[in-house]
Amino acid sequence: MSTSGKLAEPPDLVSELEPPVEPDAKHMSGFRETLHFALRNRKLVFGLSVTLTMLLFAIVGPFLAQHGPLDYGGVLSSAPTTKDGYWFGTTMQGQDVFAQFVTGLRLLFIVGALGGGIAAGIGMVVGFTAGYRGGVVDDILNMITNVVLVIPTFALLLVIAAYLQVRGILTEAVFIGLTSWPWAARALRAQTFSLVSRDFVDMARMSGRSSRQIIFKEIAPNMSSYLFMMFILLFGGAVLIAATLDFIGLGPSGTISLGMMMQLSVQNAALQLGLWWWFVPPGLAIMAVVGSLYVMNVGLDEVFNPKLREL
Amino acid sequence: MSLLVDDLKVYYRTLAGDVRALDGVTFSVADGEIMGLAGESGCGKSTLGNSLIRFDTRMRYVGGHATLDGTELPIWDTLGMNAFRFKKISIVPQYAMSALNPTRKIGDLTADLLTAHGVSPKQELPELRRRLELVGLDPAVLGMFPMELSGGMKQRTVMVLSTLLDPSLLIADEITSALDVSTQKAVGETLVGFRDRGFVKSLMVITHDLSILYQIADTILIMYAGRLAEKASGETIISSPRHPYTRLLISSLPEVGIRYAEKKLTGIPGTPPGLLNPPQGCRFRDRCPLASKKCLEAPPFVEVEDEHFVACWEEAA
Amino acid sequence: MRGYFLRKLGIYAVTFVVAVTVDWAIPHLMPGNPVLTLVGRIQVQDPRVAQNLYHHYMRAFNLDLPLWKQYWYFWVSLFHGDLGTSILQFPTPVTTIILHALPYTLGLLIPATLLSWYAGNKFGALAARRKTLDNTLLPFGYALTATPYMWLAILLSWVFAVVWHVFPVGFAYDPTATREWSWAFVSSLAYHWFLPFLSLFLVAFGGWAIGMRNLIIYELEADYAHYLEALGAPQRLIRKYAFRNALLPQITGLALTLGAVIAGALVTEIVFSYPGLGYQIYRAITNEDYFVIQGIFLFIIIGVLIANFVVDIVYIIVDPRTRIGMQGSGS
Repeated sequence: MSTSGKLAEPPDLVSELEPPVEPDAKHMSGFRETLHFALRNRKLVFGLSVTLTMLLFAIVGPFLAQHGPLDYGGVLSSAPTTKDGYWFGTTMQGQDVFAQFVTGLRLLFIVGALGGGIAAGIGMVVGFTAGYRGGVVDDILNMITNVVLVIPTFALLLVIAAYLQVRGILTEAVFIGLTSWPWAARALRAQTFSLVSRDFVDMARMSGRSSRQIIFKEIAPNMSSYLFMMFILLFGGAVLIAATLDFIGLGPSGTISLGMMMQLSVQNAALQLGLWWWFVPPGLAIMAVVGSLYVMNVGLDEVFNPKLREL
Repeated sequence: MSLLVDDLKVYYRTLAGDVRALDGVTFSVADGEIMGLAGESGCGKSTLGNSLIRFDTRMRYVGGHATLDGTELPIWDTLGMNAFRFKKISIVPQYAMSALNPTRKIGDLTADLLTAHGVSPKQELPELRRRLELVGLDPAVLGMFPMELSGGMKQRTVMVLSTLLDPSLLIADEITSALDVSTQKAVGETLVGFRDRGFVKSLMVITHDLSILYQIADTILIMYAGRLAEKASGETIISSPRHPYTRLLISSLPEVGIRYAEKKLTGIPGTPPGLLNPPQGCRFRDRCPLASKKCLEAPPFVEVEDEHFVACWEEAA
Repeated sequence: MRGYFLRKLGIYAVTFVVAVTVDWAIPHLMPGNPVLTLVGRIQVQDPRVAQNLYHHYMRAFNLDLPLWKQYWYFWVSLFHGDLGTSILQFPTPVTTIILHALPYTLGLLIPATLLSWYAGNKFGALAARRKTLDNTLLPFGYALTATPYMWLAILLSWVFAVVWHVFPVGFAYDPTATREWSWAFVSSLAYHWFLPFLSLFLVAFGGWAIGMRNLIIYELEADYAHYLEALGAPQRLIRKYAFRNALLPQITGLALTLGAVIAGALVTEIVFSYPGLGYQIYRAITNEDYFVIQGIFLFIIIGVLIANFVVDIVYIIVDPRTRIGMQGSGS
């Protein structure tokens, strides 16, 4: 092969031109870019706003309530009114439905956060360890995960809760967390596999980094977005399980939750008597919070995963 | 003429604007011609090849025409293109290893595809078996699932399947990229064999590897930053290229027998321009040793010798 | 293949043992003594008689034996089909209560699960290719799957039974009807069955529809779909392949969501006073009838394990990759 022509330095023509126009999306840093897409994602914005509104309501509500949730004294079975602060009406026993509602809403968030958080934590530890270590550790953890996964957790919780004479919201949350982690562990294990190829880890090792450094500096940032999405799903799941347990009669003693409101209303024939203000709000609140969390999750998925973004 | 492409423009939609991946290319491929389409990553060769048969969801047709065997290809209309796909124009994709439905037996998949095109699978079966054997596959693969085949076997299966109805034009998109050198040679020879046996009339072989093109291509088309740089016979491109980019490209290839301790292996300094807002005029301007003020105006792709096209003011003069 | 099934059976066996152990252990770990409750219920005046009763029951329930023996006897009686005796409905054996309630629960569960799975998959697939349907189905589906089962049951009951007297409020059949296989009785059964069934169906449907929609969208972006498009295959064919491939994870999904659907069935029964396992569990909890609770739990476990095993078998039949992988053929 031969070439002809000189191979000199290219002449400078830059000064002869106007500077090119640069569009704004080009030079964003990773985090800012994520935020940019996050704020524009309709599902994320919608889901987040609804959830935050309900959370706000849960925090502020009990201060606005003019009666305690278990206090008697109101007119029996009255419809929502502006009198005396019975904005959501009263139960058949004359209790303030609004007060019960905001109390239950608070408990909803506590159970969701605690139960979901515990499940996410366990799932993270189990799934990550299984995926990262592989081998015998993986097999053992897999076995445990499979066993806990197959056991219908609701039935198990049923039996446990039935025997507890006094039940607290924290106990409920802890038990829910201890039984709902398996599918999160499985998902996180799969995610770990896809992130931590042997080559990747070996390369980091060769560059002199310790295992801990590899885990925290390289893997954790990628996993954290996934873990957050898992947490949201677990939060929703915990809320639904808790509501179901409460409805069956295994709710926390000494207080009132949304599931218990529904239970009491059904027990007291609120359906037949048309006391809709008693049984519609609790379920509606659950549907609103859990639903918006699910929608938010889809939005988050789109934000974190550029391939899903709609143009 | 088998394929005629006239001022084809295809851009990619992105949130930051349109990336002008293919910005006005004009060339032709004759019956029986194996044309290599070469260039570095991002030059638009894959866009060109794919735009002729199937538009990605992000690709946007902007202008230009493509004509195959005298009929215009309605590349902007995916339904309209179905009349041409598989029968007149076909492709062996870059992702050939994962192109087969994992839950369907190869034979069943082929039968489904043939039936969908109004061809009787039973009638095609003898020819299908013959071709499988020709590429070194046991016809028993028809009864297997893709996961039972090795990567090479899957690729050969895809090559047979894509050419089963004897298309006029076959586009081979980076099919040797992930292979070792001896397998590359085998695949290259298979492609030539397809042309020689008449399974395909013309071939467009897309690759960044000039060496394989040297072995199998009749002509080579060099692309740079969404535009055509040079087209000539394989021999000419390798031994006497005229476009500055091609020349730098060729000279940056290692030669057998030369020890590079003494003679430095030169690359081409700089990087190709971004195509979101490509520079005015010739896109190779910034890296070209022969650039002058004239190059602020885009040079046309003209025939400077017999069947030798170059897009460069210096060379056209 | 044999190794696969043996492994699965092994896991199920281990799960069963763990579940039974947990079921047995819980009462012993909990504060309180069920026998005391039982004796308290009988309300005997004379404390000495109460004491005798107490000891009698302790012996009857083997509670005076060392723990390991109690555990052993638990297993023995389990294999004899003896799940104990109900305290509330004394002296009815728990097994009898369960077997009477089971048909009603299965009558709700099985049609609701299968139909919602089928319809959800079809709708989800449809939504994946029609943008207009997708825009209405998606929010609706998310709302449905986020709805607590009992709340939807409450709403349906209130609207269709109380406000508009289209359907009955509760029970399995008209209390005045005679229990025979007559047209009147069967139609009464169906009439009472419909609302609880619908409630279960709708919530589950939402989940399946959304899941399928997402899976199909994923499949349509796969390389094999693109290749078929490039070769001019009609959308019909590509969608057929995508649908079949997306069904596979939906089958495993059946096993995974079984626990949630069962919970849903239980609470739905409570709302409609439908005499299935849910109704019995509710009564048992309200009245601290522990043996019934434990018995139903074990029953649910067995049911879930069987269902899981069935799903495993179906999956092997349907997904060629698992079969081939096990036969060990390769390149």
